[in-house]
Amino acid sequence: MAQAGTGGRNRPLSPHLQIWRWGPAMAVSILHRVSGSGLAVVGLGLLLCWLGALAGGAETYTAFTRQAQTWWGLIILAGVSWSFFNHMASGIRHFVLDIGAGFELVANARWSLLTPLIGILLTVAFWAAMLKL
Amino acid sequence: MGNGTSIGRVRALGSAHSGTHHWLLQRFTAIGNLVLVVWLCISLILLPNLAYEAVHEWLARPVPATAMALLVISTFWHARLGLQVVVEDYVHEPANKFACVAVLNLVAIAGAGFGLFCVVRIALGGAL
Repeated sequence: MAQAGTGGRNRPLSPHLQIWRWGPAMAVSILHRVSGSGLAVVGLGLLLCWLGALAGGAETYTAFTRQAQTWWGLIILAGVSWSFFNHMASGIRHFVLDIGAGFELVANARWSLLTPLIGILLTVAFWAAMLKL
Repeated sequence: MGNGTSIGRVRALGSAHSGTHHWLLQRFTAIGNLVLVVWLCISLILLPNLAYEAVHEWLARPVPATAMALLVISTFWHARLGLQVVVEDYVHEPANKFACVAVLNLVAIAGAGFGLFCVVRIALGGAL
């Protein structure tokens, strides 16, 4: 936060990201933000494309599914689905932290490592179910 | 919490001048997203196929159409709140910050409006 009237660009800054040793809690936090921002921009864009194509009729919907089956379409679908399940897992972790639980060092590190793994597992399970594997 | 005067704390306004309103809305919409997007994922899995007729017939029904309309509202609201925090963290110039949040509001409301229009059109017919 800038302070008014000091005029000093030489004022000391508090230490930032580069001096801390990376830990699981930092990684899961930034993954939550990255996947959430990705969902907000790409995920909601995809949702609108899908709804718009469906509202437009059979022809536009077929055009949508044709794009969805290309390699870039599959990358977007896989990325959006992973982003959702990752954001969901770390979001549920946030609900637990919000009630004041899970701050003990060992438990916090354990769940920070587990939430991204749960996100990946749910993504794999979702696609296995979708593709009837 | 050590912020603010005692009357400010009583009014739950704190240092952000808006209390916990934004934070709480983020949680309420998160619960909505959790329920509705999980519903969407399960519905997609349970559809016989993903061809136009099957998907359109499903989404035109009253309960799926209502749930999809709620999903659009809840997700766009949550995204708008979340991206506002990202803007506030990374855009430091007050004028740029204001411009970013203004654009964010317009895009989020426009997107939700288009999504709701599509759901209404699917549910009530037209363009077939």
